[in-house]
Amino acid sequence: MQTDLLQEARRQAEICNACRYCEGYCSVFPALHAERAFSDGDLTQLANLCHNCRGCYYACQYTAPHEFDLNLPQALANVRQDSWEDLAFPQAAGRAFQKNGVAIAVATVIGFALLFWAARALAAQGGEGFYAVLSHNAMVAIFLPAFLFPLVSIAISLRRYWQRVGAGPFRTAHLVKALKQAGNMKNLKGGHGDGCNFEDEDRFSHTRRMAHQAVMYGFLLCFASTSVATVMHYALDMPAPYGIFSLPKLLGISGGLLMVLGCAEMIRLKLRSDRALGATQAFGGEVAFVGLLGFVGLSGLLLYALGQTGAMPLLLVLHLGAVLAFFLLTPFTKMAHGFYRLTALVVDAQR
Amino acid sequence: MTRTEDTPDIVVIGGGNAALCAAITAAEAGARVLILESAPKPYRGGNSRHTRNFRCMHHGPLGPLVDSYTEEEYLADLLKVTGGKTDEHLARLAIRTSEDCLPWMEAHGVRFQPSLSGTLSLARTNAFFLGGGKGLVNAYYRTAERLGVQVRYEAAVTHLDLDDNRIAFVDYTQNGETRRVTPKSVVVASGGFQADTDWLARAWGPAAKNFLIRGTPYNRGVVLADLLHQGIEQVGDPTQCHAVAIDGRAPKFDGGIVTRLDCVPFSIVVNKDARRFYDEGEDVWPKRYAIWGRLVAAQPDQVGYVIIDAKSLNLFMPSVFPPIKADTLEELAQKMELPADALAQTVAEFNAACGDTSAFHPTELDGVSTTGITPPKTNWARPITEPPFYGYSLRTGVTFTYLGLKVDENAQCAIGNRPVTNLWAAGETMAGSILGQGYLAGFGMTIGTVFGRIAGKEAAAHAN
Repeated sequence: MQTDLLQEARRQAEICNACRYCEGYCSVFPALHAERAFSDGDLTQLANLCHNCRGCYYACQYTAPHEFDLNLPQALANVRQDSWEDLAFPQAAGRAFQKNGVAIAVATVIGFALLFWAARALAAQGGEGFYAVLSHNAMVAIFLPAFLFPLVSIAISLRRYWQRVGAGPFRTAHLVKALKQAGNMKNLKGGHGDGCNFEDEDRFSHTRRMAHQAVMYGFLLCFASTSVATVMHYALDMPAPYGIFSLPKLLGISGGLLMVLGCAEMIRLKLRSDRALGATQAFGGEVAFVGLLGFVGLSGLLLYALGQTGAMPLLLVLHLGAVLAFFLLTPFTKMAHGFYRLTALVVDAQR
Repeated sequence: MTRTEDTPDIVVIGGGNAALCAAITAAEAGARVLILESAPKPYRGGNSRHTRNFRCMHHGPLGPLVDSYTEEEYLADLLKVTGGKTDEHLARLAIRTSEDCLPWMEAHGVRFQPSLSGTLSLARTNAFFLGGGKGLVNAYYRTAERLGVQVRYEAAVTHLDLDDNRIAFVDYTQNGETRRVTPKSVVVASGGFQADTDWLARAWGPAAKNFLIRGTPYNRGVVLADLLHQGIEQVGDPTQCHAVAIDGRAPKFDGGIVTRLDCVPFSIVVNKDARRFYDEGEDVWPKRYAIWGRLVAAQPDQVGYVIIDAKSLNLFMPSVFPPIKADTLEELAQKMELPADALAQTVAEFNAACGDTSAFHPTELDGVSTTGITPPKTNWARPITEPPFYGYSLRTGVTFTYLGLKVDENAQCAIGNRPVTNLWAAGETMAGSILGQGYLAGFGMTIGTVFGRIAGKEAAAHAN
């Protein structure tokens, strides 16, 4: 990891530890106050606990122009970003995509191109609906590895993380506690339940928390939709297409809407926020990734709406291309933060 | 050139807690209020920016406060620290009113810590602001702006013109330009004079030039001096300031809370000649913290040096600057620019005077004391023997001054024995009316909130 980023985070953490005024804002401060000296692993854990709510920055008496020049949200964002690049498997992919909006865009285009190629080369003769464009078996052949590879990659990264921060043995109780905190995004509530300081200096607001929840739950609903459909296809012998009142559609449409609205709002908030309080170099990559996630949702909804029209083959390929790019990029983009954050919350629950 | 501008009903001078409480109260009463804050926006809030808590009387649990804290107990605590130098009538007013300040603060955006896990156990007497004083100040600015209060930053008031028994106009400078406003009422809440080190030196003597100022560099006492010069009644001793011993490497101004050092009880403290000069184990640290500012101020060059060994390092709050570290006392002396022989001798004498240390207990008066040396160390006296050795330098850090404007129970200022009809004062600038000496944690914010609200209410009543 980059020594200068760790050194700066350490300098700031030591000042925070002598002050302690921010104690109640989020999980970072009790964890920070438990130490007297900060190893690289400690800083990595603190960085991944931080939700970049910025409450501590606006309450801080030592931000610039004060000579102590504290900007803990930025210092931790930089360490966090760096830790994802460092822990990624394969590492080169982490370096390429974490900060790089252009690379994400290129990868997405390649995803589309692959799908177009597949649709032409592997189009099933005599399939119905979507399968007339790309056979079911061809879809599975493309997406199964694209789904399994990120899981393996993330598992390796999280194992590295666990070792680096010196976590203790895994306990289910800690995971349950972490899931509860992630579920209602406790650390974006500002400690007092008024929300965070993201888009308008020191004004507290729940907007980011709500937008983020829309994205998270929207994504989980879409994921559930796909999972249910998979079970229906293989276990219950009920192949697609499904009607509007079927479980896959209900989950997928509601999830898609949440995801689109959430992503649009997240991008709006990001553009309004003060970039100097985050990892400035990663700004483009983050916006590009949220854009891609939003496009996955949007193209899915459009595909459903226009599935009976001549636009279907084009929309299908666009949607599947975006999904393909999204899955393959998951371990190397902002999407990884969800996994690291949850792991950091589990580790914190051990304290 | 002086420009006369659109005139608000009330001008509030200052931008800290008391000023904001006054502005909000006046605006809620329907007055048009202008705040003139001498600091730029990032430094707004005066010393309130560095504060952390509010001492509050209460019958039964209130907000974050547990149990109860009665008027008599609160007053007794105040009398203890002031040695009786207080106006009991005003003190009781502040204490009594504090109870309904807390809900008022919450209703105006201030948020408190649910409970506190730090080293101080004040959950009964003091309510801690979530995020500290800057969080409180931010919340009040948001509230004030919503109420239509105008705020000018970098607006330094230079003169309040006293015409007979009322303030006729207020002059201030902004962007290099002198401006004049003629409000109906004026509230002064612009703090003490501790950031004017020349003034401090006139009061204290030249030693004060070596003091560090813990708080805002903007409390230069310009308005205070202007009003006192025109004969407004004063209160408090100009030679007095609240001073504590802080890390000698702290910034000249604005170091705030992080510069505190809690290690003295576990140490020996020597001066630049490597001689001890006071009982380091006299009392638990928060209670004795304040006297060390004066003790250090009385030493040559106004510096002190704390010496501890490895076994004490983790017994106190982490410090903002790491201690100076050495494997031998001689090396430590060299690094701290102390005479090595003298330090070795002082430590040897101290160590020889230590007795049975088995009763050592870091958080209470343990009676583990020295015998046969002067000054003695009456608690936590353990020999300094275990390398590595650590040292901190100490300097006098000024928190606030006591000289201020004398007010009555309506927060109104006076000239001779008649009130100035349109001038009120709140916060640090009148705190000397209640706090003649010493300090009680969180009481500054109590005075500021109580008298800020009174001043705002009275100023608005006058303006309407």
